[in-house]
Amino acid sequence: MARSVTPRRKALNTALAWAIGLLIFFPILWTILTSFKTEAEAIASPPIFLGFSWTLENYAVVQERSDYMRFLINSVVIAGGSTLLGTLIAVPAAWSMAFVPSARTKDILLWMLSTKMLPAVGVLYPIYLGFISLGLLDTRIGLVIVLMLINLPIIVWMLYTYFREIPGEILEAARMDGAGLREEILYVLTPMAIPGIASTILLNFILAWNEAFWTLNLTAAQAAPLTAFIASYSSPEGLFYAKLSAASTMAIAPILILGWFSQKQLVRGLTFGAVK
Amino acid sequence: MGRIALEQVAKSFGEVEVIPPLNLTIEDGEFCVFVGPSGCGKSTLLRLIAGLEDISSGTIRIDGNDASTTPPAKRGLAMVFQSYALYPHMSVRKNIAFPMRMAGIPQDEQDRRIDAAAKALNLTDYLDRRPGQLSGGQRQRVAIGRAIVREPAAFLFDEPLSNLDAALRVGMRLEISELHERLKTTMIYVTHDQVEAMTMADKIVVLRAGCIEQVGSPLDLYRSPRNLFVAGFIGSPRMNLISGPEAARHDAATVGVRPEHIAISAEDGPWSGTVRVSEHLGSDTFFHVHDTGLADVITVRADGEVGFRHGDRVRLTPREDMIHRFDAQGLRLP
Repeated sequence: MARSVTPRRKALNTALAWAIGLLIFFPILWTILTSFKTEAEAIASPPIFLGFSWTLENYAVVQERSDYMRFLINSVVIAGGSTLLGTLIAVPAAWSMAFVPSARTKDILLWMLSTKMLPAVGVLYPIYLGFISLGLLDTRIGLVIVLMLINLPIIVWMLYTYFREIPGEILEAARMDGAGLREEILYVLTPMAIPGIASTILLNFILAWNEAFWTLNLTAAQAAPLTAFIASYSSPEGLFYAKLSAASTMAIAPILILGWFSQKQLVRGLTFGAVK
Repeated sequence: MGRIALEQVAKSFGEVEVIPPLNLTIEDGEFCVFVGPSGCGKSTLLRLIAGLEDISSGTIRIDGNDASTTPPAKRGLAMVFQSYALYPHMSVRKNIAFPMRMAGIPQDEQDRRIDAAAKALNLTDYLDRRPGQLSGGQRQRVAIGRAIVREPAAFLFDEPLSNLDAALRVGMRLEISELHERLKTTMIYVTHDQVEAMTMADKIVVLRAGCIEQVGSPLDLYRSPRNLFVAGFIGSPRMNLISGPEAARHDAATVGVRPEHIAISAEDGPWSGTVRVSEHLGSDTFFHVHDTGLADVITVRADGEVGFRHGDRVRLTPREDMIHRFDAQGLRLP
């Protein structure tokens, strides 16, 4: 039996959902609004919400002072490369753990996750020195490797969970039905696994895109992605909130648009398995 | 044709021998049920026949040919799984067509077989739906349809009804029995439910700890269980097992008497006890009688009209010709 919901209650729920949604979205909204203000308006007290003189000046200055495209391309290469590399390693790994588990599979999974419990700064020094000796400092390939490694445990775990949802009996049924390994993968496994793989790739891309600790510490000029682009507006000459906001808006715009178009996929992927 | 013979077939997982070497023949057209408590190896045995597990030693023959190392699809057997194991991303039609597609059967022949199977299984209106949009019973029918269209030498059923509710289970039980009558194809059916075994089987194989305890027709097993395990497992409610002086009186270590072979009355009978629980089913009444000095509880099956209540003193009379005798090893005495 479905619970009966009174119109009043429904309206209340809707209002509450909107309030929470706006609360979560507010920092992003405020950043976007601030990017269209002058520096004076940006630090005005009390803050001005909408009644300011809209200007694109910050964007012009930011574009003039730094080469947005170069940062953007670095971000795309680093996030995309680490995601691609990570997926190529994680899919077979999660696959074998889910379908041919050994006695140690659980331990390996836990060990992988435990690497995420160490604060990143704890390994900064050795990795930094390693990067120097390998000549990887401030290179895209270096960041691709590091971001791939730090996100790998999460991708493997996510994929493992998705693959575990595929009942082994379905694969056995396919085998009984005459499917060889190729047909099994092509007609049965892949169609069932694609939503899980897609949302894992998407989440990993977003994580890599927003990763700031390693991208800031291991890059200078050549390989610096959009996180470094934002950071470059935060301190040296005092705080310029409007320009910082413009830079932030430009940095998050691509991922925001990507997330918007794939939100259905992402939500389905993240709640996969929650409902049978 | 579908005659399946197991010769000295054994299975070990590492050091653990789950099925010691056993011999079994399932004749063409036979409805054979593997029954036993969970963990007895009945599903493993079925999976060995299917080829989903490799045998550790011995030979599996299908219609005389050694199929011990033949891959599952090439054995000509079709399997229906407990979880249905339908392909969730395919329509019912595509699910049923899948094995034919894999076998490269021409499209018009595929369509003909799908239509025939759908008609036989009442699935015609659901062919374009996804499995997720079907009820449990319909899903199981799709799984059976997928098995039928392959026209296999034998059907293998792995506890196919255990995910269904009680009412549906009875209905599907009849449908599978009818299907067997119609197709006359060999069927091997695994269940832990002895009622399914008794009602459906031509031949029952009772398993315990990987060993065959007894093979026979349902009535053979009911009338002459070979040992205490089979005696306790086949029949519902369970056979009453009595040891001590009463068994010694019959020159046995244990005697067994089924609930339906004990008469209950207020005055007459060699045994006496107190009714603890009475279960009225309408057609029958089951009395659980305590304080008999024979066993913890003696179950009696009586006519639905008999009306003893909790606490009533009753007398019990076993039918002497229906008493089963077992020796100290639990084996049936002649």
